[in-house]
Amino acid sequence: MTTTDSSATARIPKGKRRLGDVVFAGSARGAGILILLILAGVATFLLIQSVPSLMANTGNFLTSTEWDPNTNEEPRFGVAALIFGTVLAALIALVLATPVAIGIALFIVYYAPRRLAAILGYVVDLLAAIPSVVYGLWGVVYLVGELRPFYGMLETYLGWIPLFAGPVSSTGRTMLSAGLVLAVMILPIITAMSRDVFQQVPQANREAALALGATRWEMIRMAVLPFGRPGVIGGAMLGMGRALGETMAVAMILSPSLVISPFLLQSGNQTIAAHIALEYPEASGFGVSALIAAGLVLFAITLAVNMGARFVVSRRKEFV
Amino acid sequence: MAKRIDVSDLNVYYGKFHAVENVNMTIEPRSVTAFIGSSGCGKTTFLRTLNRMHEVTPGASVTGKVMLDDIDIYDPSVDPVAVRREIGMVFQRANPFPTMSIYDNVLAGAKLNNQRISKRRADEIVERSLRDANLWDEVKNRLNKPGAGLSGGQQQRLCIARATAVEPAVLLMDEPCSALDPISTLAIEDLISKLKENYTIVIVTHNMQQAARVSDRTAFFNVEDTGKPGKLIEIGDTNKIFTKPDKKETENYITGRFG
Repeated sequence: MTTTDSSATARIPKGKRRLGDVVFAGSARGAGILILLILAGVATFLLIQSVPSLMANTGNFLTSTEWDPNTNEEPRFGVAALIFGTVLAALIALVLATPVAIGIALFIVYYAPRRLAAILGYVVDLLAAIPSVVYGLWGVVYLVGELRPFYGMLETYLGWIPLFAGPVSSTGRTMLSAGLVLAVMILPIITAMSRDVFQQVPQANREAALALGATRWEMIRMAVLPFGRPGVIGGAMLGMGRALGETMAVAMILSPSLVISPFLLQSGNQTIAAHIALEYPEASGFGVSALIAAGLVLFAITLAVNMGARFVVSRRKEFV
Repeated sequence: MAKRIDVSDLNVYYGKFHAVENVNMTIEPRSVTAFIGSSGCGKTTFLRTLNRMHEVTPGASVTGKVMLDDIDIYDPSVDPVAVRREIGMVFQRANPFPTMSIYDNVLAGAKLNNQRISKRRADEIVERSLRDANLWDEVKNRLNKPGAGLSGGQQQRLCIARATAVEPAVLLMDEPCSALDPISTLAIEDLISKLKENYTIVIVTHNMQQAARVSDRTAFFNVEDTGKPGKLIEIGDTNKIFTKPDKKETENYITGRFG
């Protein structure tokens, strides 16, 4: 109609493409595409660079615990021990950090006086600003020594649980120490996510619980925790993603060996990230390519955990 | 088990703001008392002082006495949690717990009082409360479905069932029908008439026909100006308040000549 009716087009000007809109839309789209390109680029790099060593590998890459790729003839290496160590360290961190993070978040939102809550929130965020190499230094110079007597106690009283079986490492540089430092490092993100979701609990639900005669703790159990659960799980998984990839602190604290050992108080185990950092300077032959293959595995694990976290967090939308 | 409430010299504050001034009234057991008045006159605020929900708001405070039979609920030795178990509340917007099933919603308060209820006892409480709330027939086949999946009117009756499941002495209702359609409103009003046989009921309403329909006694609140405290103008039998009120202000409000 508009093409035939000239009076209408005169009154309503034709849509015109404004320069500012075009530029802004283009640059925003470009930024969006760029991040995909970077991700694809990294993945492609990891794949291509790891192929030579994987082709030449005479061991089984996924089930072997050996690491002997620094040769030009018949390298033998596998990531079984590394995957185990990586997941174990992250799980220890998660198990230790999550309850504390939930406690801090609940305290900040529901118990602390407003000024103290603001200060505390700020301090927790500061924990996230400490570089991981500093955590590593603190862990290896101070913490492991302080933990020794505690580990002795754990062995004495809980030694019957295989996890805590002795003999206790004399240096204290064990999986449990590494997990403990990782727990401190992932505490801020889990706390922040939990705090946000606890703050979003509708007042109507909290008042409903209080009006039924719930104490504050009962109100939290009845209205706050069930409502916040998806957010807390999402935060925990994001924290786990960070713990999986953490390199420096683990590399400095853990006294590594490539074994699959569930004994948290003995030295042993190693994580992928720390392994790459420690092995890279001495890599030769297929060594670098093998480390890149290990990096590819870490990339896959972290991606899976992060996607899982996104999925869990987004599911919360049903509730609100 | 219905109890009498006796309020004397009650003043309510939000921080320094004096929200309600000097209320004296008696609320009779086994009857419905309606609070009417324009928005901002303090009727909801006053209602929330009757089960100590007012003090949940930061900075809120109260002076005066509220006697529940022979106990002053503001006595320092009285635990507000115990008061709220004795005086139930239904809110303006239905607020079932979104993460709980219909069954668990009804039991939420009952479980607080008695953590270990046998399954048989729990089933009894759920059925009795839902029957009392005229909701049983509509939900008996989907008790394990989420409470938030019900219609607005059903959710509000679910909240009433949740409040009566703990067998309180008094039931406070803060504009329970203001978000509901006329049919759901009628269902709730029928329910109120039925519940008053066992409970002391206090209802805040903006709907004067509703006050006239459901209540035995009516209290009229008014506020002179924004920033001034709300006051109880008069309280009396609903018939009298709506036909021959003592105060000119009440008559103006009832007849729509407000101001």
